[in-house]
Formats: sequence, structure tokens, C-alpha cells
Amino acid sequence: MRYVIERFITTIPVLFFLSIMVFSFIHLIPGNPAEILLGQDATPQAIHALDAQMGLDKPLLMQYLTWLLNVLRGDLGTSLVDHEPVSQLILQRLPVTVELAFGTMIVAILIAFPLGVAAAVMRGRVADFVAMFAATVGISVPPFWLGILFLLLFTVKFHLVANSLYVPIWQDPLKNLECMLLPCVATGIREAAVLLRMLRSSLMDALGEDFVRTAWAKGLKGAAVTLRHALPNALVPVLTAGGLQIAGLLGGLVITEQVFSLPGFGQLLVQSVFSRDYTTVQGTALVAALIVIIVNLLIDLTYSRIDPRIRTDGRMEA
Amino acid sequence: MSLAPDPHFSPVEPTSSPARTLPPRLLRITNPSLATGGALVLFILVVAAMAPYIAPYGPNQVDYSAVLQGPSAHHWFGTDQLGRDQLSRILFGARTSMEVSVGALVVGAGLGVPVGLFAGYYRGFLDTWVIMRIIDAIQAFPFLILALVLAAMLGPGSRNAMIAIGIGLVPTFARTARAQMLQELGKDYIDAARVVGCTHARIIFRHILPNALTPIIVQATLAMASSIVAEASLEYLGLGVQPPTASWGSMLQSAQGYLQLAPWLVLFPGLALVFSVVSFNLLGDGVQRWLNRKIS
Repeated sequence: MRYVIERFITTIPVLFFLSIMVFSFIHLIPGNPAEILLGQDATPQAIHALDAQMGLDKPLLMQYLTWLLNVLRGDLGTSLVDHEPVSQLILQRLPVTVELAFGTMIVAILIAFPLGVAAAVMRGRVADFVAMFAATVGISVPPFWLGILFLLLFTVKFHLVANSLYVPIWQDPLKNLECMLLPCVATGIREAAVLLRMLRSSLMDALGEDFVRTAWAKGLKGAAVTLRHALPNALVPVLTAGGLQIAGLLGGLVITEQVFSLPGFGQLLVQSVFSRDYTTVQGTALVAALIVIIVNLLIDLTYSRIDPRIRTDGRMEA
Repeated sequence: MSLAPDPHFSPVEPTSSPARTLPPRLLRITNPSLATGGALVLFILVVAAMAPYIAPYGPNQVDYSAVLQGPSAHHWFGTDQLGRDQLSRILFGARTSMEVSVGALVVGAGLGVPVGLFAGYYRGFLDTWVIMRIIDAIQAFPFLILALVLAAMLGPGSRNAMIAIGIGLVPTFARTARAQMLQELGKDYIDAARVVGCTHARIIFRHILPNALTPIIVQATLAMASSIVAEASLEYLGLGVQPPTASWGSMLQSAQGYLQLAPWLVLFPGLALVFSVVSFNLLGDGVQRWLNRKIS
């Protein structure tokens, strides 16, 4: 319980600094945002009016407090381009990204588990070498390039997958699968490579433990020892580290969505960056960071439930 | 099976044992990742530095008589929609990529290492509740999203891309430096330095930093790989270095419009990108392995 409370308390300053950072993004812009938005021909009155609309005419501290109070109430401001609430824009786009993230993780797990187990069991042999080489290459291939190659191969050359517009899963699951398959595999391969490396080393550690020797000594067969005894123990660190991949994954999805023109959260961010919709940029960045913080918090807490050592003597280390 | 002694068995190893015929230790490759990665990284750096001398054409030399040509003896990697030689642009792109990535590394390590050392040395409230929590907050942003937002706010250009990517690297360097500081602090030589009256700054930078440097170098090599990808991603999205400057990311972006007509345009810049990322990853793994062996 102490660990849980401590973990929550340390999250508070993180959220505080996060809010300051997101708030100050808009002040990093060289010059006046209102002036940039309205262009060079804008009259001083128009600039003044937009300044007032964005709240930029108030003292900095007041601006921050107003913004923070609004955010706490779930109000991320109004888009400067669409004039719609930013939170609504994000909620419209988020399901696509969430689906993409889940699909990616499924692909990653389907590739990483068999290969990782094989590599750990056949340590030092050809299968291990091949798996590790594949992992090194997989980690180094940027998903967006892989995505473009997939488009080239499967859509342009062989016409296997149509490059159709996004269809939500509840409208037509098959069409949805068709437009999600390539993006999920393109991003999933990199995540699989990361998972594979972790799983291999973690499983190799577990296979060297005493309880595995006991299992062998009891006369259990190879598969039972590996899958029933070693693997569950090897999974705890892999799941934690896998969950921490979420930050990298979210970043990668931004560009995957761009390659495949998927109307997700990342595309919203890129579009608002180019249309200079600063409030939407702020809102999306904040939501992305909050997702990462919440997922990490949940993983830490689950981890402490799975592994009691963390609860009893796990002193918080910064 | 007979238990009688084998007449050919001799307890003494023959003099020409395999161990003796191996070349001396220096010539033996004990760490293939380090050797391969090091050689490849050196190759990339030389290519990037020598691009103006080895490129067959200028990176922005337009030739409308040779538009969208496939790989040939004249243009090894083909030409793009403006007839520019792809090989030359890739060579110059290596330059852009290395410049921005090294710059980002300087920003990331230049800010992260002192902050991490300072936090680890003084510890206390400032460390636990302010510095490390700011680092957590920076780390909460997905790396690419942070770089994208910062690049968007600061404006395009290679200098801003360096800053945008560099800030995303600060947490990694700060954490590594802090962990090293905590490890070194308990050692006797620090007490000795204190006793002879060294200032805090001297202890941190003259005594501890050199001892903490090796893991930071490993981090830097691995961070180089992620900066290269981040730089290419920013340029693919249209931020970072602006056209007509050759860069792998912007080459990929414009190539995506010619998938049907000129598929080689997406192939070669991507291969260059993968090649450099693999090289830096290999080097990083190699340095890490070398370090682990040295410690054990």
C-alpha cells in the first residue's frame, strides 16, 4: 500500500511540470502567435482581437491558471482552424490510433513469442543467431519506410491490398482489417524486434534458475519446463518493459498514420502543426503525454501486484 | 565398452593445439559487433565528410533530359522527378543526417549530463521533487511527438531540428549521468578529494565525470541511432531541413508520390537510413559488450 501511495504522490509533480511545459509550447513560437496566424496583412485590431480570444493579452500567470483550470475541467480549448472543441477532435480521432496500437501489439506478440522462445532455448545455435540478427535489423528499420515499401509491394505492384479510405471496425470489419493490416504489420515488426530481444534475455535468465533445474530433475519434458515453469517467470519483466514501449509506439504511430493516411490522433497532430492550430497541438501533446503517464502508472501498480518484492521492500528510487 | 586405457591417449596436449595457432589477441576479433559497427560508422562519417568530393553530380543539379530514370551506369541509384542524381543526393543526405544527429546529441548530452551529475551529487529535495520529475515529464512525451511539437513551434531549419530532437534525448543522458554519479559517490577517491579541499565543481567535473564517461558514451552511440530516425521522420513530415537541401526523410516523402513510376526512389534513401541505423546500433551493442567484459 505504501508503494502505491508513494507512486501516486510522485506523479503529482510530474503532472505539474508537464502542464507547465505544454502551456509554454505556445510561447516558444518566435513572435506573436496571433500575428503569425492572421498573416502579414492583419490589422492591429484583428491581432488584438485574436490575442484576447486566445487569452494572450493577460499576464502569464493568469494565462497559465486559466488554461490549467480549463484543462482540469476537460476543456482543452477551441481549435483555431475548425473552431471545434479540441477535446472533441481528439476523441473523434483516438479510436483509430487505439485500434492501430492494439493491432501493432498483437502483430508484435505473434512474431516475438515463438522466435524469442526458440532463440532462448536454442541459445548459441543457428536459430538463435538468425533470430537475433532479424531483431537487430527489425529494430533498425524505421516503420515509416517499411510502410512505404509495403504500399509499393502490396498495393502498387501486386494489388493485393487496396489503398482504401479508413472504414471504422463497427461499419465493416473486413474493410477495416484491409486498411489496418499493413500499418499494423509495418509498425509491429519493430515492436516485435524489441520484445524479442527482451524475451530472449529474460527467458535465458529464467532457464538458469534453480526452480527450472528442479523441474528438469522431476523428469518434466522440455516443452513443459520452458512453457509452464520458465516462461511465466520470464514474462513479468517483459510485460513491464513492453508496456513502457507505449511511449515509443505512440510516437511511431504518428508517422505510420501519415504514411497510410489514417485519420488518427497522429494525423490530427501533424495537420494542426501545419495549419498552425496551436491549441490543438497543445491539446494533442498533452493527451499523448497523459496516456503515457497513466499507462506507466498502471503497469507499475500491476507489477507490484504480480511481484510482491516490490511492495514490501521496494523503496522508491527517483 | 572396454575400460582398458586407450593406447593413443596421452595426458599431455599436443603442442600444436588450436589455441596456439590463433593470432595474437589484438588481431583476433573478440567482439564482432564493435569491429563491424565501428568500421561501418567510420565509413558513414567519411562519406558524409567527403560528399562534395565523391558525389558524381551536384545534389541539386537539375537535368530535365534525365527525369525519373532507373538505375544505370550514369546514375547508379537513378534520378528523381527533377532529374537529380539520387546517389549524389543520398551522399549529401548523409551529411545532413550526421550534422543534425550529432548536433542533437550535443544538445541532449550538453544539457542532460550536467543536470544528471548535479542532481545525483546534491540529491535531496531538488533532485527528487524537481529535477527528476521534470525529466519524467519530458519523458512522458513520446520522443517523436515532442520533437514534432518543438520543431513546429521553433520553426523549420536544421538548427531547430537539432534542438527539438536534442531535448527529447535529455532524459536518457540525465538518468545515465545521475546513476553513474550515485555509483561513484560512495567511493574512496571522492572522500580523498573532499579531504584535500577540492571544490564541488572540481569533484563533479574533474574527478567523477571522467569515471562516469564510458556509459554515457554507450548511451550516445545508441542515441545517435534514434536521432537519425527522428531526423528522417521530421523531414518526412516536412519539418526540419528544408528543400532543396538533400535529406533522406524528404527524399522518401517526395518519392512516395512516384511509387508506380519510380519505385527505386523509395528504395535507396531508405536503405541508406537503415544502413546507418544498423551501424550505430551495432557499435552501441559492441561498446556495451566490451564494457561489460571489462567490468567482469
